[in-house]
Amino acid sequence: MKRAMGIILTGGKNNRLKELSSERSIAAVPFGGKYRAIDFTLSNMVNSGIVNVGVMTQYSIRSLIDHLGSGKEWDLDRKTDGLRIFPPYLSETGTGWYKGSADALYNNLTFLERSDEEFVVIANGYSIYNMDYGPMLEQHVDKDADITIACRALDDLTENDRKTLGIVEIDQDSRIVDFKEKPLNPTGNLGSMGVYIMKRKFLIELLEDSAAKGYTDLVMDIIIRSLDSMRIYAYIFTGYWRPLNSIQLYYRANMDLLDPRIRRELLMDRRKIYTKVKDEAPAKYNEEACVKNSIVADGCIIEGTVENSILLRGVRVMKGVHISNSILMQGSTVQEDAQLNYCILDKGVVITSGKTLNGDQEWPLIVGKNIIV
Amino acid sequence: MARKEIIALLLAGGQGSRLGVLTKNIAKPAVLFGGKYRIIDFTLSNCINSNIDTVGVLTQYQPLKLHSHIGIGKPWDLDRRNGGVTILTPYQRQEKGEWYSGTADAVLQNISYVEELSPKYVIILSGDHIYKMNYSEMLEFHKKKNADATISVIDVPWEEASRYGIMSVTENSKIYEFEEKPGNPKSTLASMGIYIFNWEILKDYLQKDHDNPNSEHDFGKNIIPGMLKDGRKLYAYKFVGYWRDVGTIQAYWESNMNLTERIPEFNLFDPYWRIYTLNPVYPAHFIGETGKVMKSIVAEGCIIHGTVINSVIFPGVTVQEGTVIQDSIIMSDAFIGANTEINCCIIGEGSVVGNSVRIGVGEFAENRYNPKVYNTNITVVGYNTVIPNGTILGRNVVIDNHIIPQDFTSSVIPSGGYLIKGGDEQ
Repeated sequence: MKRAMGIILTGGKNNRLKELSSERSIAAVPFGGKYRAIDFTLSNMVNSGIVNVGVMTQYSIRSLIDHLGSGKEWDLDRKTDGLRIFPPYLSETGTGWYKGSADALYNNLTFLERSDEEFVVIANGYSIYNMDYGPMLEQHVDKDADITIACRALDDLTENDRKTLGIVEIDQDSRIVDFKEKPLNPTGNLGSMGVYIMKRKFLIELLEDSAAKGYTDLVMDIIIRSLDSMRIYAYIFTGYWRPLNSIQLYYRANMDLLDPRIRRELLMDRRKIYTKVKDEAPAKYNEEACVKNSIVADGCIIEGTVENSILLRGVRVMKGVHISNSILMQGSTVQEDAQLNYCILDKGVVITSGKTLNGDQEWPLIVGKNIIV
Repeated sequence: MARKEIIALLLAGGQGSRLGVLTKNIAKPAVLFGGKYRIIDFTLSNCINSNIDTVGVLTQYQPLKLHSHIGIGKPWDLDRRNGGVTILTPYQRQEKGEWYSGTADAVLQNISYVEELSPKYVIILSGDHIYKMNYSEMLEFHKKKNADATISVIDVPWEEASRYGIMSVTENSKIYEFEEKPGNPKSTLASMGIYIFNWEILKDYLQKDHDNPNSEHDFGKNIIPGMLKDGRKLYAYKFVGYWRDVGTIQAYWESNMNLTERIPEFNLFDPYWRIYTLNPVYPAHFIGETGKVMKSIVAEGCIIHGTVINSVIFPGVTVQEGTVIQDSIIMSDAFIGANTEINCCIIGEGSVVGNSVRIGVGEFAENRYNPKVYNTNITVVGYNTVIPNGTILGRNVVIDNHIIPQDFTSSVIPSGGYLIKGGDEQ
């Protein structure tokens, strides 16, 4: 798909994921054993044949930049095209912090102008899904649409989840007739996935026009205002998809990986999900280990009991420990006889001997980075 | 090109014939080890961890896997503009083309590679051993002693000394005698096959050795004794630590099993001495509701629904429900069916073991195919082989690579039995 270039929006400042996103962009949140959220969108682009990708970053970008590096792991360290990262910048005309998605794109208009692909795929970097953008582009061309938005039925999401989404209504021809961003009372069962396809030149015109009008947000200012004047279509995606819009969504999406069907679709597909490699040794289980229904990454050493949980790289679980329904991020340590239930431990957390931490299924207990409990 | 102080030449051309079917189609340095690595990874990682960033890898025997594994050296950060990894295979010359006839000959044939870099020192390594060693400390020793050559040695038990090249040294570590596999060893300092030479001196000796029709062109047998005879300053650098030649089935199995100990002698978890390898693209592994893993190491991409005890499981292995694996090594992407029992076995990469199979049943019996290679309790199943449902294999059995169910004439192969396809094995 050399016909399209890709742009990944990593989102503005928010604390949707509480402590987990206070010091890092949501796109950089560790997920599912060894990944960061952005790996999914970035791998989707690469697997769809997109090799010219720009990542628009804004807040807390250090961990994201560290993760993406030169794009080597995604085969995007190229002489021509490849991966480019666009943090905000100051210049005579530039305005510093991006005021919104459209503003971020407008500030990097040169990137769009210098590329030569016919189409642009714009996607957010904090959704978990494995998708080929190829068929979506085909539909975009077939419908002769101005903009195509990937949408998905929301049967498997809760009302609270829906409040964090753009809710879409379509006509029989899949043309979008109504779009409500983060409605307080969501009606309708179709949500925008935050994936857009349009012609590159069309996007450039759109951005120049909105900049003149002072518009800064792609959805609120451009798409919603243009439903009548433009041909905006929905492309219906039927696979697994979760945006990491809340702690609940983050927690459930992680736990969904324990379902073999979802794990296969997301991670074991022939369209692989790539991530930065850490060269950890394979996980080690000592005599006392008892692990059930769990995902365990390289570098872990386990001598306790773990069930229905996700252990990221390099987690230490000592003797007598009991962990259930929890997510433990890189390098966290749980010392002797501690107990965890419904917890999310950020990187480098230490739970000292004998401590008991209990969260709730709806409100898992979050322990922030490098905290010693 | 900036001149390098030291470059490494890694001899990776050996077959390692005592690993049987495991090295029938791939060179020994490319054999999988330790849950995700290949044997050569340890030496390559030692190089980069010792700040040696220029490595020539000399290959000859079945090099395909080795070449694709090393690639341009990315996993070891050896993809460099100046230096990095270079694969050196035997090549055709104007007058004739020749295979490497010995370790010294292999280096001689690549003299132009070294000359172009014109290093002051050359370190000769082999890709056959499991160990962590800081070569830069050995180089310091070499420089301090103002040596012409330094040989790394390790203390071995007296009873094993006759298997090695044995050094006799003065108090000052100067070597005054060297015997290759002596009947009556005079010391327990064994050569590890790691040499640092001053390149200008080595070049001379290689040339002389080349012109000697009686030479076997081997470092241990010819070059070192030759230098000693000429009164060159040879020093022994004593290495203390874990060092294993995993050249036999038993040694290979034991060395892997060592890693499942609570505190293994050889620690893969050392953040200051990482072992790098080409990482497969797999998600973290999954242990199912019925899975049980104890005293084992398990790599990425595995799906475990059965019981795994005291075993080493490589990436992408599936173990179905009701199956028990014990004291075994299961290599990458193998699939183990349901209700199967595997005891003391090595299962090759990409192989499939059916349902209700039993491997490692009964008592030891001498192998009827090649008792020199297969002489332990361990049953070896080669690469990309299919063991059909209900098969029973005894101990010390060997099953070839690329076996399909139709190749089995009986569902029972008792201890010491074999299933080998006609082919090029000895």
